[in-house]
Amino acid sequence: MAEFKLPSNSIVTKGKFYPAPDGATNTRKINVYRFDPDTGKNPRLDTFEIDLDNCGPMVLDAIIKIKTDMDSSLTFRRSCREGICGSCAMNIDGSNTLACTMAISDIEGDINIYPLPHQPIVKDLVSDLTHFYAQYASIEPWLKSDTPAPPDSERLQTPEDREKLDGAYECILCACCSTSCPSYWWNSDRYLGPAALLASYRWLADSRDDATGERLDDLEDPFKLYRCHTIMNCAKVCPKGLNPAKAIAETKKMLVQRRL
Amino acid sequence: MSNLRTPLSQVKGLGSAKEGTGHFWTQRLSAIAMVPLLIWFCFSLASLVSMNIADIQAWLSQPFNAIMMILFIVVGFYHAKLGVQVVIEDYVSNHVTRTISLILITFVAVVLAIAGVFSVLRVALAV
Repeated sequence: MAEFKLPSNSIVTKGKFYPAPDGATNTRKINVYRFDPDTGKNPRLDTFEIDLDNCGPMVLDAIIKIKTDMDSSLTFRRSCREGICGSCAMNIDGSNTLACTMAISDIEGDINIYPLPHQPIVKDLVSDLTHFYAQYASIEPWLKSDTPAPPDSERLQTPEDREKLDGAYECILCACCSTSCPSYWWNSDRYLGPAALLASYRWLADSRDDATGERLDDLEDPFKLYRCHTIMNCAKVCPKGLNPAKAIAETKKMLVQRRL
Repeated sequence: MSNLRTPLSQVKGLGSAKEGTGHFWTQRLSAIAMVPLLIWFCFSLASLVSMNIADIQAWLSQPFNAIMMILFIVVGFYHAKLGVQVVIEDYVSNHVTRTISLILITFVAVVLAIAGVFSVLRVALAV
């Protein structure tokens, strides 16, 4: 059954409070989800009071500051700090986004930070995305063509055909969309989710790819594709401003088109 | 580790069912068909309120009304079955419970639709 209640070992308890240094005037409370599987304890919500006058503007800056100055055991992923690697995807202020492109000033009140929803937790803000990456691999995200490439040049594409890939190729696989999708929460064992389906559409829409039919065959399934009910959370949260729901709708259109 | 299958093999599972588009398409077609049928049904229902039982029997005996009523019942139950199927597939994750539920709603929809059609025909052809 769909899970509407957390299992007892997942209920978040109240955690520790880390006050701001003496003399700090411009402070902000940040509540951070903490979980360490090695302790066997329930997850807890620690509160860090940070001094905004000594902190960068983004939520990632605040998290790095917490790890540097207040609690070095805080665990999270980050790399590029400019919204291109997708590592620091987490649930901030109730919505999945990248910590590095989310400004602290855009959030009112206390800042609540949780890991991406409905994924197994490795530690603190690090969720286990093995299944998510396997779903991406399953759509075979590479060019497939029965025609050998021209010996002395690349495979050509008209500017119009290239334009069809806009909005589909920019995905950074941060998993914000898939983990915000209720259909993905309930059925991610079989539903591929918006990220993998957007990636799949990127190849369905590619004029150089010959495998459109086989790709559509592989997607035509009540669960793999048709669990999408156009809820649109994916488009709402995408930190790159992409619209996976539209790509999924286009895929459904192609499937209908080849029957009529 | 509860199992040693690779993540990719778990995702691929039993592969694609190679269907689902039929359900998607007929759900939308039946929804479009329901628009005029439902408008007709609501107006008819409103006009029937002031009639007595003999008038209603006469009304339903007219071929157009009988055909529209049968269409409304058949398309309505078909669309309802497709919709409930989606809800069950979404929320019932246990495979056995899901399969039994899907079989049950199919039977219930067919039985109710045939009972409805039979009722209309009985009234329509009795007069």
